Amino acid sequence: MTVLAPPTITRTGQTAPRPARRRRSWTGWAFVGPFMTVFAFVFVAPIAYAIYLSVFRTRLIGGTSFVGLENYQQVFTDPQFWSATWRVTLFLLVQVPIMLILALLIALAIDSGRLYGKAFFRVAVFMPYAVPAVVATLMWGFMYGSRFGLVGNINDTFGISLPDPLSPDLVLASIGNIVTWEFVGYNMLIFYSALQVVPKSLYEAAELDGASQFQVIRAIKLPAIRGALLIATIFSIIGSFQLFNEPSILQSLAPNAITTYFTPNMYAYSLSFSGQQYNYSATVAIVMGILTMIVAYAVQLRGTRKDR
Amino acid sequence: MTSPRRSLRAKQTRRSPLLTALTALMLIYSLVPLVWLVINASKTQEGLFTSFGLWFDGDFALLRNIHDTLTYDNGVFVRWLLNTLLYVVLGAGGATALATLGGYALAKFDFPGKRGVFAVVIGAVAVPGTALAVPTFLMFSKLGLTNTPWAVIIPSLISPFGLYLMWTFAASAIPGELLEAARVDGAGELRTFVRICMPLLAPGIVTVALFTMVATWNNYFLPLIMLKDPDWYPLTLGLNAWNDQAATAGGQAIFHLVITGSLLTILPLLAAFLFLQRYWQSGLAAGGVKD
Repeated sequence: MTVLAPPTITRTGQTAPRPARRRRSWTGWAFVGPFMTVFAFVFVAPIAYAIYLSVFRTRLIGGTSFVGLENYQQVFTDPQFWSATWRVTLFLLVQVPIMLILALLIALAIDSGRLYGKAFFRVAVFMPYAVPAVVATLMWGFMYGSRFGLVGNINDTFGISLPDPLSPDLVLASIGNIVTWEFVGYNMLIFYSALQVVPKSLYEAAELDGASQFQVIRAIKLPAIRGALLIATIFSIIGSFQLFNEPSILQSLAPNAITTYFTPNMYAYSLSFSGQQYNYSATVAIVMGILTMIVAYAVQLRGTRKDR
Repeated sequence: MTSPRRSLRAKQTRRSPLLTALTALMLIYSLVPLVWLVINASKTQEGLFTSFGLWFDGDFALLRNIHDTLTYDNGVFVRWLLNTLLYVVLGAGGATALATLGGYALAKFDFPGKRGVFAVVIGAVAVPGTALAVPTFLMFSKLGLTNTPWAVIIPSLISPFGLYLMWTFAASAIPGELLEAARVDGAGELRTFVRICMPLLAPGIVTVALFTMVATWNNYFLPLIMLKDPDWYPLTLGLNAWNDQAATAGGQAIFHLVITGSLLTILPLLAAFLFLQRYWQSGLAAGGVKD
C-alpha cells in the first residue's frame, strides 16, 4: 500500500486548473521535459516490456517462444490467482469502508470545532502515516504475538486464551487492522482539507434556517467533499489490490497462515523471484493492473454520475 | 488559508466533552502502537518476554539498546541509515524538483502535447505500482542497474501525485499577470521561475517534498526486488532482515534491536512532520484536494 496518494485521476477535464491563456509555445517543454523523460523510462517502458513478456513463454526444452495469449488463458484458469484475487476483494469490501468511515467521522469531528485540542487530534491521528509499512507491520505483528505481545499479556493476566490474530482464519482481519491504522489518518486529512474549502457562507445560511449539525453535515458537508470521498475510495481500492508489504512481512511471524499466493502481488512476486517464471509473472501483473483499472473506473463512473 | 472561517465560527461553537472523548478513542488507537514501541525499545531481549507489554521493565535498557543497534554487526544499521538518506536526498529531492518544474509548466504554459501529458500521467496513477515492479526489475537487470543505488533512486524520481499537487498549487499561487509583468520586463523564463515563482510555490514544494520523502524513506517493495547486497539496503529492508534472522537456522534472535531500530527509523519522519506542520497542512489544503 504505497501508492495511496491523493487526488489525481478523477474528473479529468473538470478539476484541471485552467491554464493561463497565452501563446502556444514549446517553452513549457523545457520545464515538463525532465519529468516526462524519466516517466517514459520508469513507467511507459516497463509497461511495454511487461506486455512484450506476457506473450512469450520459456520452456525447459525449446527455450523461449511466442505463445500469443496462452499466458492470459492460463491466468484465467489459475486457482491460485483467483484465490488471491478473491482474498483482496474481500479485504477491500470490508477494510476500505471501515477505514473511510472512521476517517470521515474524525474529519467531521475535528471540523465541527467542538473538540478540545483539535490541532493535537489532527496531527496525532495522522502520525501513523509517517510510519513505514515495515515498522507498522513489525509492531503490530509483535503485539499480535502470543509470546511477548499484548495478546500474550492479556492471556496471561486473565488466564484466558484469545483467538490468535495470526491464525489462518484471522490473519486477513489482522492485516486489515494494520492497514487501517496506517491510513486512517491520511484519509482523514484528505477529508478534513476538503472540508476546509467549503464556503462559510453556506454554514451561516444554514444556521439562519435553524438547521441542525446533522442536517448541515448531510446537506452541505458531505456533498461538498464528494470529490475527496471519491478520490480516497479509488486510491484505497488501488491500494487494496496492490496489497503486498503487510502480508509479506507478516509471513515470517505467521508462516502457516500466509501463503506465497496470499495476494495477487505476492503471487506475481514469488512467481518471478522464487519460480523464475518471468513471463507468467508479467501476465499476472498485467491482468491485475487491468482488473484494478476496471474497478477504479467503475467506481469513478458511479461516483461522478451521482454528482449530476 | 482558512482564517476567516475560523475566527467567524470560533465565537459560536461550544466545545463538546462527549465528542472529544469519542474522538479520543481513535487517538488512543493511533498512538498505542507507538507507545508500545517506545516502551519496548527500553527492554532487553529477555525483558521483552518477561514483562507486561505496555509498561516498563525494571531494567531500563534504552541507551544500551540504541548503542547495540548502532554497533551490531559492525554498525550495519548506520550504513542502512546512510543508504536511506542517500535514497531520500536523491530520490525524493529529485522527485520534488521534477514535479515542481512539471507542475509549473502544466499550470502556466500552453504547449503542444499538453493534453497528452495530462492523459498519460493520470492514466499512470491507476496502474498499480507493483504491477510495474517485475518488468522494471527485468529491464533494469538487462541494463545492469539492479543491485546498485540507481535501481532504487531512478523509479523514486517520478511522483504523479507530486506533479498533480504542484500543478493545482501553481495554478492558484502564481497570478498570470505576475508572469506577464516579468516577461514584459524582459526577465528570462528560468530567472522568472527561480526568482519570482519559487518563493510563491514554497508551501507546495514543502508538501511534495515531505510526501515523496515519506514514500522513499518507507519504500520496501522496490528495494526488496532490486537489491540483493545488504550493504545497499535501506533501513526498512534491514529491519526486516533482522527480524527474519530469528527464524533462520542458527540465527540469533535480536527482537530488542528490531524494536529499537524501528523506533530510530520513524523518529526523523515524525519530527519532520511535526516541525513542518504549518507548511504541509496549508500546502494540502490549498492545492491537493480542492475540487
